[in-house]
Amino acid sequence: MVRKVVYSIFLAIIVLALAMFFAAYPFGKNKMTVGEYYLNHGVAQTGAANIVTSVVLDYRGFDTLGEVSVLFAAAAGVAILFFLAGGTKREQEDLTKPNFVVRVGSRIIFPFILLFGSYIFIHGHLTPGGGFQGGSIIASGFLLLYLSYPGTRTNRDGLSIIEGLAGLTFVVLGLIGLFLPQYSFLYNFLPKGILNTIVSAGILPIIYIAIGFKVASEFAGIVDDMMCQVICRGGGK
Amino acid sequence: MIYYVGSFLLIALGLYAVIIKKNLIKILIGLDLIASGVNLLIISIGYVKGGTAPIFSRAGLKASMMVDPIPQALTLTAIVIDASEMALAVAFVVLLYKHYGTLDIKKIRSLKW
Repeated sequence: MVRKVVYSIFLAIIVLALAMFFAAYPFGKNKMTVGEYYLNHGVAQTGAANIVTSVVLDYRGFDTLGEVSVLFAAAAGVAILFFLAGGTKREQEDLTKPNFVVRVGSRIIFPFILLFGSYIFIHGHLTPGGGFQGGSIIASGFLLLYLSYPGTRTNRDGLSIIEGLAGLTFVVLGLIGLFLPQYSFLYNFLPKGILNTIVSAGILPIIYIAIGFKVASEFAGIVDDMMCQVICRGGGK
Repeated sequence: MIYYVGSFLLIALGLYAVIIKKNLIKILIGLDLIASGVNLLIISIGYVKGGTAPIFSRAGLKASMMVDPIPQALTLTAIVIDASEMALAVAFVVLLYKHYGTLDIKKIRSLKW
């Protein structure tokens, strides 16, 4: 009880400190510096209608490559942990069989989830969304499939190949820019096209599609690993 | 303004759960609350009063009508990274449960504090 009171006081102090700090950054006021430049020059420099996308993939493309690697490291970590622990697996009882409505409904809805996810990442440079979000949506479709048909296994080798190819596309597109006369990693060497059409913004849509595939396959792999802990018998893959 | 208050509350609630709760799953929920609070905070720093999303989807939009794109770009990737890290943390919790047969951190010997 004393512990709770003491820590509540600490929390109150932390929140107060945060509030005092953010009193210097009033809500709703325009405090852009770099953002102003991106808004004014983003369309001319990258050709993408969505400025957030041009920040993520063009101005800070190298950063995004790092974040994709973090994602890969986390997915690999999950797989390695479960693989290492595969030996001590105990026999699990069966899950309750999913409802009829869930099984039929997920069959109908699954292709639409795939369609929606790919729409999100193909239109990443025009509308809100992009590779990360679209990939997560597709992976959530896989999760639905696993929940409604407990026996499902995805083809892990296929997932690894998709993931590797997607990552390779990103890196190779970046490296091509290094060999052009402008000498910069992730240089946007393709023509910019017309604003607000699908084929515009040079390499940005290609990179976002690659990221979408990569995120989708990685999350599907994580879901597969987790579900395997509940359902598979006799350890790991 | 309400966004600042809400994100502070989320961060405080998450910290409370991380510090006080004994169940590992509840601690993870606390971590996720902290992450949501921080994301909301970053987004609301970049808000400009009356601004729209930084997308030039219509002809009449000008750069001066838009909110800051950089916090949104940061948060966009942070959400996915957060999800994958949660997956890693849940994997650790599953293994801990297999090894010790409990989720109570007081009963897990090496996690006592």
